[in-house]
Amino acid sequence: MTRPVLSIHDLSVDIPTRAGVVKPVDGVSYGIAAGEILGVVGESGAGKSMVGNAVIGLLSRPAHISGGEIWLNGNRIDTLQGERIRRVRGKEIGMVFQDPLTSLNPLLTIGDQLAETILTHLPISKAEAEKRVVAALEEVGIPGAAERIDSYPHEFSGGMRQRVVIALALCAEPSLVIADEPTTALDVSVQAQIISLLKRLCRERGTAIMLITHDMGVIAEAADRVAVMYAGRLAELGPVRDVLQQPEHPYTHGLMTSTPLAAMDQKRLHQIPGAMPRLSHMPEGCAFHPRCPRAQDKCRHAPLPAIEDTRAACWFPMQAETAQ
Amino acid sequence: MALTSNVHDKGRWERFRDSDFFFAFKRSPVALVSFTIVCILVFSAVFAPWIAPTNPFNPASLNLMDGFTPPMEPNAFTGTRFLMGTDDQGRDVFSTILYGMRVSLFVGASAVLFAMVLGIVLGLVSGYFGGWTETIIMRIADVQLTFPSILVAMLIFGIAKGFTPVEYRDQMAIWVLILAIGLSDWVQFARVVRGTTLVEKKKDYVAAALLIGRRPWAIMIKHILPNALSPVLVIATISLALAIIAEATLSFLGVGAPPTQPSLGTLIRIGQGFLFSGEWWILFFPACTLLVLALSVNLLGDWLRDALNPRLR
Amino acid sequence: MSAYVTVRGLTRVFDVSKPWLNRVLEGRGKAFLTAISDVDFQVEERTTYALVGESGSGKSTIGRTLVGLLRPSAGEVEIEGVNLATEVDADKIASVRSNIQMIFQDPYASLNPRWRVRDIITEPVASKGEDTVGLAERLLEQVGLHPSDAGKFPHEFSGGQRQRICIARALASEPRLIVCDEPTSALDVSVQAQVLNLMSDLKDELGLTYLLITHDLTVVRHMADRIGVLYLGRLVEEADPRSLFSSPKHPYTQMLLDAAPRMDGFGREVPPPKGEIPDPIDPPSGCAFHPRCPIAADICHRERPAMRRVDNALVACHLAE
Repeated sequence: MTRPVLSIHDLSVDIPTRAGVVKPVDGVSYGIAAGEILGVVGESGAGKSMVGNAVIGLLSRPAHISGGEIWLNGNRIDTLQGERIRRVRGKEIGMVFQDPLTSLNPLLTIGDQLAETILTHLPISKAEAEKRVVAALEEVGIPGAAERIDSYPHEFSGGMRQRVVIALALCAEPSLVIADEPTTALDVSVQAQIISLLKRLCRERGTAIMLITHDMGVIAEAADRVAVMYAGRLAELGPVRDVLQQPEHPYTHGLMTSTPLAAMDQKRLHQIPGAMPRLSHMPEGCAFHPRCPRAQDKCRHAPLPAIEDTRAACWFPMQAETAQ
Repeated sequence: MALTSNVHDKGRWERFRDSDFFFAFKRSPVALVSFTIVCILVFSAVFAPWIAPTNPFNPASLNLMDGFTPPMEPNAFTGTRFLMGTDDQGRDVFSTILYGMRVSLFVGASAVLFAMVLGIVLGLVSGYFGGWTETIIMRIADVQLTFPSILVAMLIFGIAKGFTPVEYRDQMAIWVLILAIGLSDWVQFARVVRGTTLVEKKKDYVAAALLIGRRPWAIMIKHILPNALSPVLVIATISLALAIIAEATLSFLGVGAPPTQPSLGTLIRIGQGFLFSGEWWILFFPACTLLVLALSVNLLGDWLRDALNPRLR
Repeated sequence: MSAYVTVRGLTRVFDVSKPWLNRVLEGRGKAFLTAISDVDFQVEERTTYALVGESGSGKSTIGRTLVGLLRPSAGEVEIEGVNLATEVDADKIASVRSNIQMIFQDPYASLNPRWRVRDIITEPVASKGEDTVGLAERLLEQVGLHPSDAGKFPHEFSGGQRQRICIARALASEPRLIVCDEPTSALDVSVQAQVLNLMSDLKDELGLTYLLITHDLTVVRHMADRIGVLYLGRLVEEADPRSLFSSPKHPYTQMLLDAAPRMDGFGREVPPPKGEIPDPIDPPSGCAFHPRCPIAADICHRERPAMRRVDNALVACHLAE
């Protein structure tokens, strides 16, 4: 693999609370190469968005990075402060959130917002910036882009607004785009449009994309590799086809089989017993062991195997034949 | 999938003790100090007849010779010492303050309670039913807000006094005062309760209650009102400070508590007459008490607002 | 089997005008949104009928009209043979109403945060003045929670557990029909499986009838006995799941099925559907789907298609075959 655009080593995030310190992200490591879409999947509370926020330096206090390193294009960025992280955030990393309304200023036309971002980060003239705005909007598939640059965000539909946000995220030509549940608020037909747009942009521009979502179907169609998170830790990391078709971690397996799609024509769905542990009551050893059908003594006490050497952070990974 | 659960339900007190609210209270010096001061003042006002050295309104216990005794100095004729001195009629200032605070707190609390009940009812009704009911209630509220509330209170006080027969005027003065201050203060309660009602009535738990055929009143009181109580509590506390000051202002202007039942405002009015002849204590101590009382209630209200507002957390 | 619910020509129009003063100043007339228009369907007893649609399809409006939270602008709802629009006997209406319950999408907004779970669950029974001793505990056990949870408050539970509490409340009055409005959309996949299994079990045990309202095709395919597809307030196709998923007749249904992400669709490249859902205040003429339809002909611009039978399905399309 070529040198990754983003690489995260052993990242941990702490939140001090009344009852003690909780770790919403605990020892997570992964990398994303140029032109690659890494799907980060997990249920709510798995810490998948928290990793994205840590990368762009948007953790809201009192949450803070307590360990590990984040490298972007060969520079360490988790130690940057103030103005310097802000510059990296705007220039090198683009961000697409679930709700497109919150990422657009309702009082500025979309043309002004795009032009402002371009002018802040690229040394070009105003006239040239305006040309680029139209080009950027055309690229994300907004019909009649030249006429629509004077429109305000509320004059666009949800899907079009998300396209504007993607244009905004891409206009400074970042090397990494973090898309946090970009299609969750959208209808199925519009979701398909946005996913296909993200894939096209990734391929054409060689941008690395971190696609955070809870939807296994979206991961399957869009991602090259997938990172499965559970209770703040990485459960499994590997090529999307391998992980989804022959999961090694019992949690991934449970997740795959509990979707109604997998239970086609069966009366009952497979269900994982119990619920994800609360951060303040994290079990010892493997966080999944109280719900795991394969758990043994070792899982309850020993620290997890490092994911660098194996695909799944599990002592007793499922073999291909048992996963069937 | 059974949940682990402790055997008994937590009672109100246990829940309160474990709550974030109580935790924040324990950690805030402002809240602790102002709460303590308010408690001491309320306690001494309620138990004034047992705490006060003399009953300043019993003519039998007064001695005109005690008049104008400075604080902590022996009286020139009788040799008696008074903690905060005496006024022109020989009344112990400390005792008059305790009794005065009683009147002030009673009027303030009753007025706020009255305003609160009125505001909650009108807010619930206008928020829940909407339409013309809402338009009429909220327009009245808007109009009333454009006048200073002390002016509204004076107006209501004047009108109500006009309707009271002369012989009952002094007796009724306190109640008229409560009515006047209460009527000038309901708008904030109504606005906040209406706002909460508009938000809550769209939530599905209200739909679920409608589905099982609950009547509008049951939904308003049992379902919506409990969710509006936090902001109401905050406004009530801050309003209490304002109502105490409003009462003092009215009494200072001579339209409030009668001289037979002087409040802190009445005492200040009486005291200011002696300020330039050197008897400063007659004004100073009641004024200080009013300041401390209003300030600590207000600080407590401010802290409550911050503690109960999830957005500031 | 007989039809438990019959819906005929159901229409609901909302007045979405600006306030009177704004209309006068801006010189505009009133604006109306037709949320559902001329919808017919029947729900057989002890089956699950699913209404599928994207946002603006009017699926929630149908649910809320059916349970009586909204009044229909036109058309009628007949439940247990009682026409709720024309029936004059109030007792009859009340007894039908008490057989209908609802489960909502947002498990956070559908439980009063200031009430204990016991009071929430027993409210449907307690409000009639009936005895509720042990009822909450029994229902909690039935939905897979612990009886001692009755004394807790909603905030002590996770989303999936809250949804179980909602189901327990819906069961308290022993209903025969439960309208489920996006019951699992706010839940994680593994929790969704638990709740859907619970719903299936309860249906078998208690002989319940479900009207399932959702946008999630995978849930529909798993749960439904019959499916109605809605587009912009109109029913465009109705069929059983096997024929709907194997050979969808309406172009909209086809588009929806193609667009839904697939678990085995690794690197799938399909041309995404064109266009977006139009503004329901100003819907297209004729067939509402014609601006996005790949096979639209002249007649689709002019005439609204009527429901007609094609193989096993009912389809509202001029050209479907």
